[in-house]
Amino acid sequence: MKIRLDNVVKTFDTFRAVHGVSLDIESGELVALLGPSGSGKTTILRMVAGLEYSDGGTIYFGEKNATNIPVRDRGVGFVFQHYALFPHMTIGENIAFGMKVSKVRRSPDAIAKRVRDLLRLVKLEGLEDRFPAQISGGQRQRVALARALAVDPKVLLLDEPFGALDANVRRDLRRWLREIHAELGITTLFVTHDQEEALDLADRVVILNEGRIVQQGTPNEVCRAPNSAFVMRFLGDTNTLSTTVRAGKALLPAGEIDAPGCADGPADVYVRPNDLDWALDGAGIPASVRQVLDRPGNRRVIAATDQGDALEFDVAPETEVRAGDRGMVRIRRARVFPAG
Amino acid sequence: MKRNVLPGLPLSLGVTLFYVGLIVVLPLAALVFKAASLGPQDYWAIISSPRAVASYRVTALSALAATVFNLFFGLALAWVLTRYRFPGWRFVDALVDLPFALPTAVAGIALTALFANNGWFGSLLAPLGIKVAYTPIGIMIAMCFTSLPFIVRTVQPVLEDLDPALEEAAQSLGGSDWAIFRKVILPLLTPALLAGLSLSFARSLGEFGAIIFIAGNKPMETEITALLVFIRLEEYDYQAAAAIASVLLITAFAMLALTNLLQARALRYTIRN
Repeated sequence: MKIRLDNVVKTFDTFRAVHGVSLDIESGELVALLGPSGSGKTTILRMVAGLEYSDGGTIYFGEKNATNIPVRDRGVGFVFQHYALFPHMTIGENIAFGMKVSKVRRSPDAIAKRVRDLLRLVKLEGLEDRFPAQISGGQRQRVALARALAVDPKVLLLDEPFGALDANVRRDLRRWLREIHAELGITTLFVTHDQEEALDLADRVVILNEGRIVQQGTPNEVCRAPNSAFVMRFLGDTNTLSTTVRAGKALLPAGEIDAPGCADGPADVYVRPNDLDWALDGAGIPASVRQVLDRPGNRRVIAATDQGDALEFDVAPETEVRAGDRGMVRIRRARVFPAG
Repeated sequence: MKRNVLPGLPLSLGVTLFYVGLIVVLPLAALVFKAASLGPQDYWAIISSPRAVASYRVTALSALAATVFNLFFGLALAWVLTRYRFPGWRFVDALVDLPFALPTAVAGIALTALFANNGWFGSLLAPLGIKVAYTPIGIMIAMCFTSLPFIVRTVQPVLEDLDPALEEAAQSLGGSDWAIFRKVILPLLTPALLAGLSLSFARSLGEFGAIIFIAGNKPMETEITALLVFIRLEEYDYQAAAAIASVLLITAFAMLALTNLLQARALRYTIRN
């Protein structure tokens, strides 16, 4: 099912949560709504679900205007952040709920069979007689997904699906959700504030800030060509150096950097930690090491330029470096955005 | 022995046990002791006398009717108070506790004045052939009034804590409002409803002040058990009073035991492995 949002607006009392968002989601696509808290991403998801009515604009499901269709008739599967499993029902009863209350009559045998199939799909065979309080968070998450899938939704919506789980479980479930999506091919929209999750999982990432779409594209597009300082900062660690732009060139003590499309005036240079090289001498920005943090794959060096700008970058694990060392930092790749 | 981080267990346990023994167990024991001083035959003759049996019937039936009424009305009131905010909400919320705060005799007199044949309600009902004051209906209304807060105040906090996402989830799965209420909300409220129910019923069984004014107190017809106990006391027949009171006591205990059992069943899903 193709979904189209056309200039959708939502206001809570006096707070405008979503400002005219337009978005196209192709059938079978897996799309992430990524943004910091308060960016309106959950509100957008809830409007697509019908759990919230928009104050303006139109939401299309396929060619049909779904803006005013109530949630129970919209045919969406919604997975809540804290799962919202019915605590007084067993896992099996939770999954069967949608089929039991549906207007489409199903025989008890058909329901039981579907519950078993779904339990197999989410790899929870044998747990159907447990209550939600008796299983782990990761298992609850999978029950919530199975329950949402039981009613054959046209669209699957997930609100911070892995937010409440610890890092290892999160990684496993992420891979598993990707597999389920590949298997079922259902149009899926999920909300997250975790860039890594969005980039790992989604076909397309929609980055939101303050109720507006800032940028959207494949993970490759948004990573390689962030269109603003916000996207640059939000997608990962960055170093910021203040500078001025003259005729498409940013001026730094260590030389000039291309700043295509950037107007003359004060600007910031953004550099990923991986795009900085450390050497004891040669060309570059002179800096002194403040602190070294050891990580499994590398060593993170926190240094300061002579102008006082902080720089973070990674060096190979065997590199000898300690606080107080002086050396040169070379910029391999950088992006320049107007200061603001 | 497991070491406890919090101090003061022996002292606080001692004080509370002593208090419970002094204030609760001792009077009950005295009552049972008094009743037991009758022989089994006398005891049975007193508690099964026609007048006593008639009083049980009117008390229990009225209490049952009042409790059933309060179950629906109390649930509706708790629902409105938790789900909606309207002008005067705070006032209505405070009003619910009034039956707790008001001396029950005052409630009884007020209800009698309203429902007497020349009262505001009574004069409207009389032409329809409905008599409330001095009939079992009057007893039921007095019981409804005094036991209403129990259901509201046990259900309200549970309703307030109910995660709205549960209802949203049920909606997104296609459930109708009625299906959601019956299959999701009601089962989650059941333990609280049972608790309110048993308190409301026990209170109605024992209610005295509010009822005696409106009931008319005609033996065999509108005489409640608590009043019969009082009459026997006035006659200095302490043993008979204790015997009849023990019936009320046993009924209340049985009721509480039953609801506790049902509650444990209704809450079995919360038990972790």
